Amino acid sequence: MTESIKMKHNSAATITPHLSKFNGGLTLDAYKSLSTTKPIADMEPCKQYIVPLQQHIGVISQPMVKVGDRVLKGQMLARPGDLLSAAVHAPVSGTVTDIAQHEVPHISGLSDLCVFIENDFKDEWQERQPLGAEYNHKNSSDLRKIIRDSGIVGLGGATFPSSVKQTETDVNTLLLNGVECEPYITCDDMLMRERAGEIISGADIIGHIIKARRCIIAIEDNKPEAIAAMQSAIDQDGTGFFSIQVIPTKYPSGGEKQLIQIITGKEVPKGHYPVELGILCHNVATAYTVHRAIHHAEPLISRIVTVTGHGVKKPQNIEVLIGTPMQACIEHCGGYTENSDELIMGGPMMGFSLNTDALPVVKASNCLLVTAKEDNPHKEKHMPCIRCGKCVEVCPVRLLPQQLYWYASSHNVDRLQEHNLFDCIECGCCAYVCPSDIPLVQYYRHAKTLIWQQERERRASDISRERHEAHQRRLEKIKQEREEKLRKKRELLKKKADDAAASDSENGKSKSDTDNKRAVIAEAIARAQAKKAERNKNKEAE
Amino acid sequence: MLFKRTPSPHIKQDISVQDMMYNVLYALIPGTLAAIYFFGWGVLFNLLIAISVCLSTEAIILKLRKRNVTDSLLDGSALLTACLLALALPSLAPWWITVIASISAIAMAKHLYGGLGFNPFNPAMVGYIVVMISFPREMTMWSAPLGVTLGDSSGWPDFSTTFNWVFLGQLPGGASIDSISMATPIDLIKTQLNQFHDVIETRNNVEYSPLFSSISGTGWQWINLLFLGGGIWLIKKNVIDWRIPTAFLISLIFISNIFAVMDYATNSSSLFHIFSGGTMLCAFFIATDPVTASTTPRGRWIYGACIGALVYIIRSWGGYPDGIAFAVVLMNMAAPLIDYYTQPKVYGDPDK
Repeated sequence: MTESIKMKHNSAATITPHLSKFNGGLTLDAYKSLSTTKPIADMEPCKQYIVPLQQHIGVISQPMVKVGDRVLKGQMLARPGDLLSAAVHAPVSGTVTDIAQHEVPHISGLSDLCVFIENDFKDEWQERQPLGAEYNHKNSSDLRKIIRDSGIVGLGGATFPSSVKQTETDVNTLLLNGVECEPYITCDDMLMRERAGEIISGADIIGHIIKARRCIIAIEDNKPEAIAAMQSAIDQDGTGFFSIQVIPTKYPSGGEKQLIQIITGKEVPKGHYPVELGILCHNVATAYTVHRAIHHAEPLISRIVTVTGHGVKKPQNIEVLIGTPMQACIEHCGGYTENSDELIMGGPMMGFSLNTDALPVVKASNCLLVTAKEDNPHKEKHMPCIRCGKCVEVCPVRLLPQQLYWYASSHNVDRLQEHNLFDCIECGCCAYVCPSDIPLVQYYRHAKTLIWQQERERRASDISRERHEAHQRRLEKIKQEREEKLRKKRELLKKKADDAAASDSENGKSKSDTDNKRAVIAEAIARAQAKKAERNKNKEAE
Repeated sequence: MLFKRTPSPHIKQDISVQDMMYNVLYALIPGTLAAIYFFGWGVLFNLLIAISVCLSTEAIILKLRKRNVTDSLLDGSALLTACLLALALPSLAPWWITVIASISAIAMAKHLYGGLGFNPFNPAMVGYIVVMISFPREMTMWSAPLGVTLGDSSGWPDFSTTFNWVFLGQLPGGASIDSISMATPIDLIKTQLNQFHDVIETRNNVEYSPLFSSISGTGWQWINLLFLGGGIWLIKKNVIDWRIPTAFLISLIFISNIFAVMDYATNSSSLFHIFSGGTMLCAFFIATDPVTASTTPRGRWIYGACIGALVYIIRSWGGYPDGIAFAVVLMNMAAPLIDYYTQPKVYGDPDK
């Protein structure tokens, strides 16, 4: 069996010489075999599921259920809050017991709104009407709507709402990402080994939606079994639409931009999307989920999670319902070992550590990595940067990490932007090779947050300045209007007076104005002098 | 269960600043042994004085700056500065020259700017320049290399003579320093040129020819060759960047070759330049000091090439016997500017 797989691998798909390279990158110890010895396992149901409403990039979903509602498996719990958003569904049938804030697995460590569902263990699905092969006769927007209503997001880790990405214009290549370059993670590997046909089927649907002319499936050469399985699924398909591109094992080949560079030799222009190169990139697990949505009318309510690391007793891949508490997953895999150290969601390079396992599995949870104490590389203190430049050598974006570090620690915002801080993909290569043990990525995240905050403040002050100016303009306008009114009134009065004067003169009793005034003044002076004389007289008498 | 949180990445290459420093020190060993072999006890005294003064200065200042003394002492950076300085100083330098140079290197060039990682100038070269400018006469006191006869003695002076000279400033029978010291080949060619004796004449002179040996000078060619070997080992171990030494050597070879081709009588050959004085020590151990060098890939080419050009200029037309220290420190000054203007184009930059 193994022999035939190898032969097939060699004959059908090998690394072709035309592949390009991205700058830098790392060859890492993979530790993949920890979790690939057992097939993907199902999990026993849990009593309670906690389903966060923000599991995707974009706007939070709008809840459609109330506390006390009975929900069916696959029922939509929350609809997309905006165009860039995703629906969320019930993983089991049961009762909504609460809609409240709960800790979610996020790098910030903050809480978010979650729907709590009490499982009734009846596993009662909502009514399903699978589209099946019918999809070939449906137009793209109908299919996109199904994908959107199924809550499908990119399962490679970015969780970008898939339907938003699936544009039909000028895409000729669907690039299916089965690279999985991070150490330890094997969920895509196992999915490709066990469910290659479904992945191909899903990719076919996506290809139909975006009107792609070909589909390239990129897989790293350290996954011969997955390559063989995918190849035989392609052979069965027989349309010539699919091809496998084996790429060398190197981190971070699985990054969308890096993968496109490897396959096409082109770089996605800064500030643009891969679509502009005629490429749309999807993860293999996303394609699999699209298959489930179209052929089985199943929304995204479960995913394959790799539970692995030297801190867990029986590492393996399990199919987990979204909302399952993480501790249940760990328990399913034999629990923690005595020297377990940290719990990380994602891989060791880009994953983030969690402070508790009482968190729900979300759509982004591709891996739960439990490290052992002896694996922990973190030192209490780091040495100063000696500018050795090892970070420059490995940066896949061609940044100057040592300069960014210098400017990040001195909060020099202008220089940080000049040195393209926001092009950093936080892959962690620089920190991995740093001889001074500087947590560089942490510095960059902090600097990014700082700049965002400053921009927000600047925007806020811009808005208040604009408001102030508008207010001033309004006051000015009111003042002008008032003056205008007064002026008109005065004019009116003057006109009346003139009219009166004119009519007087017409009557012939006219005296000149000045004569009149002079007479009045003379009278007043006479009166005043008389008064004065009287006062003087009185004084003398006293 | 609760866990502690740490930033990503959660794995790390097994590499440290100490490892890098000690690897550089190991790579210095063959050339250093050759220097001791050819120039005698003086080199050893230089090393001992420089190491003890550099380390104690480092310790005192760390204490004053309220830093962890043992951690920083063990990082190997002060030790490396001491060794580079000792190897650059003339073999018969009086003890106080080495002391002043060491204190200047550690206290002034390193810690006044904030210690390891913050010094803009190479500490060893600053130490060297301080004594070079202040005491130019003492900075020419090289012993005769092994195999070269000077007066009635051959090679470097014995232990007691060297000890008495270096530490007490006395020579037996009240002899002058000239009886045991000798100009280096670079220096000799320069002084002879000033007296209108061209390079060929000097090298063929019966009195001087033993000093030149086959390529660039008795002893010097071996020392340089061994530093070259150590440097290549460092590049192979990925401890130092290959661009700076390559650019430096290419630039020095290219420029010296132009002049030698134009007029071989008054200009030494490329081979002479790269294998004499501190060329190889500079190429692989001094110019490559990451803290003070340019750190961008293109910048390192420029930085190395400019040092090569400056070394040639100072050697040929400057007032000092060798130009390494000045060339390096001048380019240290330019490094931030070079870095700023040689930023690589990032992924997807439309200008690319």
